[in-house]
Amino acid sequence: MDGVASASPREVVDLAAAGVRSLNALLHERAGPFPSVEVLHPMGQHNVAVGAVRAFRVEIRGHVGYYAAAMNQEASIHIHGNAGKGLAENIMSGEVQVFGNASDAVAASGHGGLVVVHGDAASRCGISMKGVDIVVGGSIGHLGAFMAQAGTMVVAGDAGSALGDSLYEAVIYVGGRIESLGEDAREEPMTAVDRERVAGLLARARLSPPLPNVERFKRIASARSLYHWHAGQNRIHG
Amino acid sequence: MCGIVGLLLRRAELRPALGELIVPMFECMAERGPDSAGVAVFSEPSSAELCKASLYASSETYDWPALERRMASDFGTAIRMQAHGNHALFVLPREEGVREWLRAHAPGVRLLSVGAAIEVWKDEGNPRAILKKYGFSKFEGSHAIGHTRMATESRVSPAHAHPYTAGRDFCLVHNGSLSNPYMLRRKLEAAGVPFETDNDTEAACRYLEWRLSQGDDLEHAIGHAFVDLDGFYTLLIGTRHHMTLVRDPVACKPAVVAETDDYVAVASEFRSLSHLPGIENARLFEPLPARIYSWTA
Repeated sequence: MDGVASASPREVVDLAAAGVRSLNALLHERAGPFPSVEVLHPMGQHNVAVGAVRAFRVEIRGHVGYYAAAMNQEASIHIHGNAGKGLAENIMSGEVQVFGNASDAVAASGHGGLVVVHGDAASRCGISMKGVDIVVGGSIGHLGAFMAQAGTMVVAGDAGSALGDSLYEAVIYVGGRIESLGEDAREEPMTAVDRERVAGLLARARLSPPLPNVERFKRIASARSLYHWHAGQNRIHG
Repeated sequence: MCGIVGLLLRRAELRPALGELIVPMFECMAERGPDSAGVAVFSEPSSAELCKASLYASSETYDWPALERRMASDFGTAIRMQAHGNHALFVLPREEGVREWLRAHAPGVRLLSVGAAIEVWKDEGNPRAILKKYGFSKFEGSHAIGHTRMATESRVSPAHAHPYTAGRDFCLVHNGSLSNPYMLRRKLEAAGVPFETDNDTEAACRYLEWRLSQGDDLEHAIGHAFVDLDGFYTLLIGTRHHMTLVRDPVACKPAVVAETDDYVAVASEFRSLSHLPGIENARLFEPLPARIYSWTA
């Protein structure tokens, strides 16, 4: 994109005028300064601030649509509003914070970094997560951490039905009530290491006080009975 | 895909602006449903207006005044007739026998809707063109239920556009797909319910209206639908005095609701609501799975 090499340390992108592609092109630039970008009037558009490749700081003022901050690398993206489906999908690194609610599939298949939803997240939060850490200040919907492979999810509020269905090695901590666990997910005792992990993530997430008491959290992890196909022991689960 | 829009006005003085308010909602949803669009508008009739009938002819040059004259001699003088190409709205002195009269005397004309408050405009083509063609921006009323379609099963035709209607003052729009519409249809046809298309949404629409005709209220009818409808759905249902929203228990088809003192607005995506006045202070939420949300006009 012309002019990006000389981008000033502070950019304001008004999406009502500029369009999502010009914002994303700016965030795809591998050279030049690290501008701090303020995004105005997102109006629920999709693909806002997708594919950032460096440690930009992006402040988005308003609600965003699908796949906001997806495929993020290094950038710190703050959304001052609600987010649609697929927030921070396939995030690799960096940090995405939503000061509002998020729709389905938060951080789906995320490999790394931190995703924080200060309000509630809908269904399939953390589906197929592969190393990302997720903190939800409110509650999550059904099928949270479905097929989650690696990483940690901390939910300060309640979790909907079928939490952790077909879990691999991701670990879930829930501070509130769990409607039901999914297939092959089980509650395990909290250890000092778990409490440290939860406290560390809550601190990194910078949730508004009062922070939930770490002692309240339950640890949910895989029972590992779905890992292998046991020939001769085939059975229908559930 | 498909896009859903719904707007229910909570203050009577806003009713003349219903059309202006829904047009930007539709324009945004054109991307989710580029092949057809339609809307059901509910407006309370003046006391003399006993029946509104929305009619559709396949020809753009259909002679609606001639039909009006034939209806007058056989059926009674229309109180009002408003024609737009292949659509016409007839306001008639009585409702009884309208469907049968049309079948006998105007076989090429389809009855899109009938009731005291409902009128329906729907067609195939780009939603932006359809809303211009039929002058959606001029519509007045208490609530409107709209849809933009991206066909995933039955074919694209004006008859396959949503909203679907059944009975009187009842309509439904649907985002999703059902996997057992033919099973529902066989049961309903055996009970004497007629079908007009092979579309899955029509099965859901006729199912719910049939349950209502059997004495269920809408809440109970939807409760039965959770058991009997197999598939994915976000449904938005319009009746004379209500707008009702429901998502299936898996809830993979989206919906967002915005509520203010002035209106309740529903859309598949927030961007369709982002132009509404006062949206920055609206209460925004996503409907929960298998929960019934209903608002009174």
